[in-house]
Amino acid sequence: MRVGLVIVSHSAALAAGVTELAAQMAPDVRIMPAGGTEDGGLGTDFDCVSAALERADSGAGVVLLYDLGSAQMTAELAVESLTTPIRAIVADAPLVEGAVAAAVCAQGGADLDAVGSAAAMAHAFVQGEAFDEMDLDRHVYGGGDGLLERTFVLRNELGMHARPAALTARAVAELDVEVSIRHGDQEVDARSVLALMGLGARGGDELLVRAVGRDAQKAVDALAELLESGFGEEERPGAGPRRLT
Amino acid sequence: MGCSVEEVTAAVRVAAEKVIEHRDELVELDRVIGDGDHGENLHRGFTAVVAKLDGGGFDSPAAVLKVTATTLISTVGGAAGPLYGTAFLRAATALGDVSEVDGRMAATALEAALEGVVARGKAAPGDKTMVDALTPAVAAARSTVDAGIADVLMAAADAAAAGAAATVPLVARKGRASYLGERSAGHLDPGARSTAVLLRALADAASRTQRQ
Repeated sequence: MRVGLVIVSHSAALAAGVTELAAQMAPDVRIMPAGGTEDGGLGTDFDCVSAALERADSGAGVVLLYDLGSAQMTAELAVESLTTPIRAIVADAPLVEGAVAAAVCAQGGADLDAVGSAAAMAHAFVQGEAFDEMDLDRHVYGGGDGLLERTFVLRNELGMHARPAALTARAVAELDVEVSIRHGDQEVDARSVLALMGLGARGGDELLVRAVGRDAQKAVDALAELLESGFGEEERPGAGPRRLT
Repeated sequence: MGCSVEEVTAAVRVAAEKVIEHRDELVELDRVIGDGDHGENLHRGFTAVVAKLDGGGFDSPAAVLKVTATTLISTVGGAAGPLYGTAFLRAATALGDVSEVDGRMAATALEAALEGVVARGKAAPGDKTMVDALTPAVAAARSTVDAGIADVLMAAADAAAAGAAATVPLVARKGRASYLGERSAGHLDPGARSTAVLLRALADAASRTQRQ
């Protein structure tokens, strides 16, 4: 049971496109597009949004994202007019980034408020502000007990773009661990897809994975599998032989 | 003496037809400072309202307003859908199950409608929106509550017309027109205009029935 999403847009094509993008990163999340008017024109359709809201819910609640002005009002009205007891929130977030962040967060099994916050935090990402800065050094005491660290080189040509970032965040989402990824002097939460993308790490760059907690080893292993396979993507020339794990 | 459910149905129907008639004017006003869809959207919405009202079968004035609200919400498409939808819905709730609407109830319903529009659109007076027509309309209605419904609605319509006209010099701070900033000044706000058209039609309809 995961939090669902509704993508409210003036355009059916835009809603479908954002849904497609987010769904690629979160295959088990119910993401419902609600775009355009009934007659195929541009606008928002209250009945369409309400129906999508019902379909997106699997019991864990629904986060609605919207594109412009009246889409927000239609989304809010749909939530207020619910006749069934669905928990739903309208997220004030940039549509594409918010949908991706919320979808990956929902895929990891987060609750409604956390998914809503993940969407809302996308604002900071879009504005290039510092976000999700993480520093696991506070866990390092008595010789760094319990802190696992491992360095990887990004093997795939494109580096930490959207898809690998989503795979990374999902790989650790359900583990009992605090895990960060450091690139240069930036260290971010490995659970935050937008923060990972914000690292701007390219193929050939070095990443330091750091993990603390009961599942620290599992987290490092899971990330090792992904990073060493180059996320299953085309490798950059001269990436060297794959290490077999 | 108030308006019966039949009279309220007829008044809303006339108001819907008036908005439909003003399609071109609203399109033109919105084309200048918005995206030009206000007239078209309201034309579609109120055409659907007329069809719904012609189906009849309403057992209270509130039921008439409620079906108007849900129809607008479902058919308008732009911001005016949720805004007018919320306005009619709140007005319906304010009326409760009364069988006749008098002046005092009309004023209360208008006030509820304004509160709904403000809650939904988060616009304040002076933002160059329908709130600029509805706010003075509510004040005027409130100050005439002891008169009959025709006088209350007439006072509201006069004030809404003046309020809409006063949006001309304003710089838009809400909605699509706000993207234009200073360039939105010098033009009548289409939302305020459609509100004034609606209230004028409701007032005229109420005067006709009350004079009979």
